[in-house]
Amino acid sequence: MSVFEGFRFRHISSPVHRLDPRVKFFFVIVMFVAAVIFFELLPLIVLFTLPLPFVWLGGVQRPWMKSLRGAMFLAVFLFVFNLVFGYFSPSTVPYGMVPLEYATAMLLRFLVLVESFSTFFLTTSPDHLSLALEQSHVPYEFTFAFTTAVRFVPVLAEEAQTIMDAQKARGLELERGNFMKRVRNYIPILIPLIVSAIRRSLELAEAMESRAWGAVKKRTNLYVLKLRRGDLMLIIISIIILAAALYVRYFVYPLPTITMLLPK
Amino acid sequence: MVLTGPSGCGKTTLCRCFNGLIPHFYNGQLEGEISIAGLKVKEHQIHELAQKVGLVFQNPENQLFALSVEKDVAFGLENLGVTRANIRKWVDWALKTTEIEELRERAPHELSGGQQQRVAIACVLAMRPEIMVFDEPTSFLDPLGARKIFRVINELNKKLEITVILVEHRLDLASNYADRVLIMDNGKIVLNGKPREVFTSEKARLAGVGIPKATLLWQLLQEKGFSLIDVPTGSEEATHFLREMFEN
Amino acid sequence: MIEVQNVFFTYPTANVEALKDVSLKIDNGEFVAIMGQNGAGKTTLIKQFNGLLKPSKGNVLVDGVNTREISVAQLARTVGFVFQNPDHQLFSETVEDEIAFALKNFGFNEEIIEKRVTWAINLLDLTEYRKTSPFMLSGGERKRVALASVLAWDPNVVILDEPTIGQDHKQKERLLQFIIQLNSQGKTVIIVTHDVEFVAECNPRVVLMVRGQIVANGEAKQILTNPDIALKACVVPPQITQIFQGLADLGFPADIIDVSEAGKIIFEHLELEGRKR
Repeated sequence: MSVFEGFRFRHISSPVHRLDPRVKFFFVIVMFVAAVIFFELLPLIVLFTLPLPFVWLGGVQRPWMKSLRGAMFLAVFLFVFNLVFGYFSPSTVPYGMVPLEYATAMLLRFLVLVESFSTFFLTTSPDHLSLALEQSHVPYEFTFAFTTAVRFVPVLAEEAQTIMDAQKARGLELERGNFMKRVRNYIPILIPLIVSAIRRSLELAEAMESRAWGAVKKRTNLYVLKLRRGDLMLIIISIIILAAALYVRYFVYPLPTITMLLPK
Repeated sequence: MVLTGPSGCGKTTLCRCFNGLIPHFYNGQLEGEISIAGLKVKEHQIHELAQKVGLVFQNPENQLFALSVEKDVAFGLENLGVTRANIRKWVDWALKTTEIEELRERAPHELSGGQQQRVAIACVLAMRPEIMVFDEPTSFLDPLGARKIFRVINELNKKLEITVILVEHRLDLASNYADRVLIMDNGKIVLNGKPREVFTSEKARLAGVGIPKATLLWQLLQEKGFSLIDVPTGSEEATHFLREMFEN
Repeated sequence: MIEVQNVFFTYPTANVEALKDVSLKIDNGEFVAIMGQNGAGKTTLIKQFNGLLKPSKGNVLVDGVNTREISVAQLARTVGFVFQNPDHQLFSETVEDEIAFALKNFGFNEEIIEKRVTWAINLLDLTEYRKTSPFMLSGGERKRVALASVLAWDPNVVILDEPTIGQDHKQKERLLQFIIQLNSQGKTVIIVTHDVEFVAECNPRVVLMVRGQIVANGEAKQILTNPDIALKACVVPPQITQIFQGLADLGFPADIIDVSEAGKIIFEHLELEGRKR
C-alpha cells in the first residue's frame, strides 16, 4: 500500500501547507496541461523539476519519493509499451526522435502528473480541502460525505482488524487455501464490516438531524479561506508557467530533441 | 431526571420522541401529544426542536463527523446559519464549559472515549438548548470517564439550569444527582418520583432495575427492624445515616 | 493452564509499551477478573492468551505450548474468546449457521456439529431463534448468540471481554449465574471488566493493571478495598466498601464488598451495642 502512503496527508506546518487549496489545485491543473502538450523530453524534464521546490519547502520529501516509487510499476509498463510500439509503428513517434527518447518522454510525462498530484495531496489537509470545496460552491452534501469518509477511514480500518481477530479466534484461517477459498474466507470479515458501517451511518444520521441538519439552505462556516500573498504569488507563477509552455509549444520551432542534439 | 428500566422497556424510544426523531425521522405510528419547551413535537421539524432540545447518544464515536473538535462543535451552529462571529463565541463557550479547550485542534480519532463524549456534549451545548437528553452516555466508558461525564452533566444542570434527562442503568453512579427517577417497563412508565421513594418501591424491584447497594443495605436493616433517619441512595448518605444510628 | 512469563509488548504502530514485564499464572478451573482503566493493557494481555498477539519479548505458554509455535486457529480450540461487540462476529443467515461456523472451521463432522449446535442453543435459551437471522435479534440476544458460538466447541478456557457493557441489571444477574455455572463445570473463566460492582458480586481472583503492568493480583476482597491500590489504578471501590470505609473509626472492617455480609456485620455491631447498654 506504499503508493497510498505517497498521497496521505501529514500534519506538518509549512508555507506550502498554508496555501489555499484552490490555488494549489490551479497549479496542478497548469502542470497537467503543460505536461500534456509536450512530447519532447527536454520540456518535460523542466516540468518535472518545477514542483520540487514545493516538495522541499513542504517537508514532504520522503512520502513524495514513496509515491513515485509506487507509480514506478505502471510507469515502467508505459515505457516498455511505448518503446515496443514505437519500434513497430514508427509513425507514432514524433518527428526528430528515436523511439527510446519518445518512451522516456512519455514515462516522464506520467511522472510529472503523479508528482504534481502527490505534492497536492501531501500538503493539503482533508479539512482544508473540504473547506475549499465548500467555498467553490460544491454542494455541502458532497463535501460532508468526503470529510466524514476521511474521518472514518482509520475507524473502519481498526474495526476491520477487530473483526479479523474475532473470526480468527473462531478458527477462521485467512492464509490458507486456493484463491477461491481465500476469497470466500473474507465473507465473515466483509459482512460484519458492512453491517457495522450501515449501523454507524444510522447513528450518524440521528446525530446530524439532532444538530439541526437542513435547518437553513445556506450554511454558514466557522472558517473562511482568504487568499494571501503566498497564494497570489503561486497564481502568478502558475500563469507564467502556462504562458511559457504555450509559447514554447507554438512558437519555438523546431523544438530540440535529445536525438537531434546528439552527435551523429 | 434519571430514566431507567430493563432493556427493551422503551427508554431509548422515548428519548427520540423528545427531539422529534420520532415521528419525523423514524416511520411508525405515534398517538398522543408530546409537547416540549412549548413546542408540539408533531408540528415542528427536527431542526426546529434541535434548538431547544439536545440529544447526546450512547456511542461517542458516531456523533463526531468533522476532522477537528472545533469544527464538530461548530457543526450545529453552522447548520442553523449563525454568523461567523457568533459561531466563534458559542464554540469557545461550549469548549470552556465542558473543559475541553485544550482539545480544540485535535482529531476525533485521537481522543479517548471519555474525551469524545465530552466533545459530543459540547457539540450539543453550543446550540444552547434548554433541555438536554443523554441516552446512556457512559456505556462505553470506564468508571473514571463515567464520573467525569456525570460531573459535567450535573454542572450543566446546576449552573446553567439546563433540564437534564439522563438514561442510565448504573443507578448507583447516577442517582446522586437526580431530583427524580422514572422507571419504565414494557413500554410504560411504572414509577415516577423522588429517588428514595422509587428505589424502595416494590415495583422497582419487580421491574428488575439495579437498586443502589446503599438502598439495599437500608432494606436489609429495615427487615430486621432497624431504621435509619432516611433512605440513602448513595454511599455518603449511607455512611452519614449509619453513623447517626450508631451514635444514638 | 496459562503462563505469562516476563512479557513485553508494543503495538507495531505505537512507540509506547502496552505491556511491561508482565508475569502471570492462571491455573485450570480458576475464575479471574482482569481489571484496570481503559488503556491499562487488559485487552492487549488477553489477546496474548489465544495468540492473536504474540509477545515482543518474553513467552506465553498455554498448556505448556508456546503461543509463538502454534496458530491462532489451533489455540482457539483451547481458548475461546468472546469479543465485546457481538456484531463483530455475526455474519450468518441463521443462528444455527452462526454457531456452527467455528465447529466447521475446526473440522468436526456433521453429526457432532448438529449435536453441539443444539446443545449450545439450549444452553443459552435460543431455541426459538434457531432459524432466525442473527441480525433480527435484539442486542442482548445477539450477545447470547456470540457466546453460544464460542461455547459450542467446548473450549477449556473462556475469555469474556467486557461482558457487562450496555447490559441492564437482570442481564448482568443472568450473566453472573452463567459464569459461575461455567466455572463450576471446571472451565477456566477470564473476564476483562471495569465494572467493580459486578466483580464485587462474583468475587473472583482479581488481576489489576495500570499502564501495562500488573499492580495487584489476589482476592477481590483484598484488592478492591485497598485504598492505595484503588488510587493508583483509578479504581472506584464498590459502594458497600465506600460506606464501610467511612465508618472505619467506629470499628468496622474495611474489606467488605458484599451487601449481605455488610448487613450481617452491622447487625452484630448493633447487638453488641444493645448488650452494652
